[in-house]
Amino acid sequence: MHHHLILRVVSKMLIPPILLYALYVQFHGDFGPGGGFQAGVIFAVAFILYGIVFSLDHLRRAVPPHIVRRFVALGLLIYAGVGVANLFLGGNFLDYSTLAHDAKHGQHYGILLVELGVGITVAAVMISIFFAFASRPPTIKDTDW
Amino acid sequence: MEAFIDIVLFGFLILTAIAIMRLRNLFAVVMLSGVFSLLSAGLFVVMDAVDVAFTEAAVGAGISTVLMLGTMAMTSREEKPPVHNRLFSFAIAVIVGAALIYGTTDMPPFGSPDAPAHQHVGPDYIERTPKEIGVPNVVTAVLASYRGFDTLGEVAVIFTAGIAVIVLLHGRTRPARTARARKKEKDV
Repeated sequence: MHHHLILRVVSKMLIPPILLYALYVQFHGDFGPGGGFQAGVIFAVAFILYGIVFSLDHLRRAVPPHIVRRFVALGLLIYAGVGVANLFLGGNFLDYSTLAHDAKHGQHYGILLVELGVGITVAAVMISIFFAFASRPPTIKDTDW
Repeated sequence: MEAFIDIVLFGFLILTAIAIMRLRNLFAVVMLSGVFSLLSAGLFVVMDAVDVAFTEAAVGAGISTVLMLGTMAMTSREEKPPVHNRLFSFAIAVIVGAALIYGTTDMPPFGSPDAPAHQHVGPDYIERTPKEIGVPNVVTAVLASYRGFDTLGEVAVIFTAGIAVIVLLHGRTRPARTARARKKEKDV
């Protein structure tokens, strides 16, 4: 897709706002619509767009697949880790009220942390699946677009 | 005005579905299924289910389209002509559709305060969230806190699915085999 000048310029302009929007959806999920699932997908879309319009090698250089695969596990570990931390702080599993002196603040921290875990796992899984599909030899020919 | 938007969205949904049925070019079908998801997301917004609409737009219209394109690139661009009896498939579609429509006749009208969703735990969550959780979005409070265990399970499902795809499609078997083959050639 190297000669698609318009696509390249437009995606270069679009990718930073997409990433920013994903972060907004991620950390604003308790105030507006959205949360970790949606934010993770939007975050991954920015990378997938980069991989499609530029090339898979460019994407590999930006986010090496073996590192993305570690993030797949990291998100789930953060989520479960919050639950285990609650156990050590004297509460039930995933009872966020123990995270701070004020129960409401604890709930707020807990929701932010588990949503972050969800977002990391979802984004990493989506990018990994894209890598797995796109790394296979046949690609979409230019004439098919 | 809302009825007009509903009619337009549903009309386009039906047109898209008919186009998907009639087309044999899979590239066009994949793109149209993305359009179908986007239209459903619009319908969810009209029904005030913004969180669901958000997911549908991001996952249905965004990621699935890309993944289906990736799958199509590995297989075929054209759908093969059907070998089954078309009349039989049509009969099944009509019977299932009629059963579903018959099922909806027992449902409470949309937005009715007597609906089961507004009778059981719903009001309780709405009442308790400001006191116990203190976040304005009740959906997030239910998803991440009251039902945190469920969501942990969902993340584990996504994790497992991702690992499964990586293992199936991204295995390291091929480079290992070529290395062995090269060694064999050298030995010979």
